[in-house]
Amino acid sequence: MIVFRYDKTFEGLLTAVFDAYNRNTFPVKLLSSDEIELLFVDACHTVITDPKKSGRVWKGLEKRMMPVTRNMLTYVWLSEISGCDETVFRYIRKVFDSKTSIEMNFADDDVLQVRNIAQKVNREKLRVIEFVRFQKTADGIFFAPIAPEHNVLPLTLEHFTDRFADQQWIIYDTKRDYGYFYNLKETTEITLDSDTLILEGKVNEELLDPNEQLFQRMWKSYFRSMAIKERINPKLHRQHLPVRFWKYLTEKQ
Amino acid sequence: MKEEALAKLQILAESAKYDVSCASSGTTRKSKAGGIGSTAGWGICHSFTEDGRCVSLLKIMLTNYCIYDCAYCINRRSNDIRRATFSVDELVELTIEFYRRNYIEGLFLSSGVINNPDYTMERMVRVIKELRTTHRFNGYIHMKSIPGCSQQLVHEAGLYADRLSVNIEIPTEKNLKLLAPEKNHESVFKPMQFIQQGMIENAEERKKSRYVQRFVPAGQSTQMIVGATDESDKQILKTSDFLYNQPGMKRVYYSGFIPVNSYDSRLPALKQPPLVRENRLYQADWLLRFYEFKVDEIVDDKHPDLDLEIDPKLSWALRHPEFFPVDINKAEYRDLLRVPGIGVKSAKLIVVSRRYTRLNAQDLKKIGIVMKKAQYFITCNELSGLNTVSDTSPEYVRSLLVPKKKGQKQPDLHQMSLIFPE
Ligand code: SF4
Repeated sequence: MIVFRYDKTFEGLLTAVFDAYNRNTFPVKLLSSDEIELLFVDACHTVITDPKKSGRVWKGLEKRMMPVTRNMLTYVWLSEISGCDETVFRYIRKVFDSKTSIEMNFADDDVLQVRNIAQKVNREKLRVIEFVRFQKTADGIFFAPIAPEHNVLPLTLEHFTDRFADQQWIIYDTKRDYGYFYNLKETTEITLDSDTLILEGKVNEELLDPNEQLFQRMWKSYFRSMAIKERINPKLHRQHLPVRFWKYLTEKQ
Repeated sequence: MKEEALAKLQILAESAKYDVSCASSGTTRKSKAGGIGSTAGWGICHSFTEDGRCVSLLKIMLTNYCIYDCAYCINRRSNDIRRATFSVDELVELTIEFYRRNYIEGLFLSSGVINNPDYTMERMVRVIKELRTTHRFNGYIHMKSIPGCSQQLVHEAGLYADRLSVNIEIPTEKNLKLLAPEKNHESVFKPMQFIQQGMIENAEERKKSRYVQRFVPAGQSTQMIVGATDESDKQILKTSDFLYNQPGMKRVYYSGFIPVNSYDSRLPALKQPPLVRENRLYQADWLLRFYEFKVDEIVDDKHPDLDLEIDPKLSWALRHPEFFPVDINKAEYRDLLRVPGIGVKSAKLIVVSRRYTRLNAQDLKKIGIVMKKAQYFITCNELSGLNTVSDTSPEYVRSLLVPKKKGQKQPDLHQMSLIFPE
């Protein structure tokens, strides 16, 4: 059995593809640099991430794939589902090895998997776009903590930058401890070093704009007024509004 | 913003909530420099109420005072309820502040009628004009047009709103006059025509110059109340079909009647709003819009009402066993769409995937076809179709597919996928 070790970055994964074709050995498993060696390993190659190599692989995919399906590979990567890197690896091999396009052959397991995982990630991206709740801080920044299941923040930036172009905002992934700050000009990645800023999914009350609480109360009361009691349906409610987001939803406090 | 606005918000949201058309889709607008907001073509729900409905827009009334006395409406003048009126500034600020916090996609403004239709409409137009011009708000705006208002005001509203709507409420004029003696179908259809006319003229002008401002880019919609009066589903769906044939009519909404004024003897006494029927109507509406069905295929004189136990597509299939089985590997897209258990998405997937391989039952499952239903209506590779509706009988297949009643009379609403579809 042949295994590859790599640094668990997307560039690293693409470099692994490059190495595999170059050496003409194809791994059955992909391990991270510090994962424990498996039994029955015949050979282990350690990939050294190289932007030149990964760039060439990505270019090669550009020639053979439609932009939508190529994007799906990024989505699958961001899913962080265990084994998703191996799925992407196998998928890329099929793209390179087949004379015709495989992108629409959903009878193939990997093709179907890639589509299904990409859809899942896309759904989570939409949820973040829907469920992010900004709280205005005293210094005028609109701040939103959130903890998505997949690593989708990067996929939402275009939407938020376009929509909230005239206000400063921060969207912060509390699960992965990083976020993005938009300062009216550009969006940059940040990591907070204070752990008193966010408490229980909410911005620390002492740091809020004086009017913020009133608007939150108004929104909550609006939300409550909207429910029609003759139609209450808790199951449907939870299905649309997954419980894991409630912590961040002003109206569910 | 002052505390007292909170009380107004409560009253006016409470009064606006029975209007179901919440959708915010139909236009895409990128943000403009210096302005706030954008509009996404696919429509975004920001939350869901406890009855599972999408919260997309701030659905609010300018006022719930009203000079009319419509039997089905909570705001009718003879009701003794708390009343309030927002000022233009209050509504504008509320919309902007909610929007900045990502609570909403935009505003859905309706109103009770104060003084006269034009007076009311004029104030509503001031709200949306202020949002668009002073605040350069690019979010979504849906505004109700007041029945009986002037063409000129409809025109002005259309310059700022993405969508305008006028609710028919009652599917036939006879019953409308019974429940809302001060209204008639003409007062509803007039503003509808104004909107339509405005859209057609605007399209012409925009052909000449791209700089002409767009007029209600997301078209118009309307709503019918279901179950307050005695119309059959056939009458309702015929009305929908007629409306969809008008240019610019994007959506017809169905709202299961909620007995808000139970003291009024013109209204039926209902224990529960007719939610299952409402859902069946939405399903039928989808068949009209996306599945290439004709109204007469869904309801006719022999079957004037939709079957509550099974969905309208399955119902059609059981009435037409001669159409089946459909061969998955050969049938045209149109015919695949007729198979119960196959939706638009899976029909498309079948068409692309079968170019590579002959599909078998295993593949169909993976693609997401509901085989529990579809198996009686298809053949594919190894599934030669011993079980199909044409080999057995519609009654037999029906008995297999009707959900078993576990003491409950109605199908589980949770199992229905299309309660408030966009
Ligand atoms: S005009 Fe509108 S707000 Fe007034 S009573 Fe009739 S339905 Fe209600």
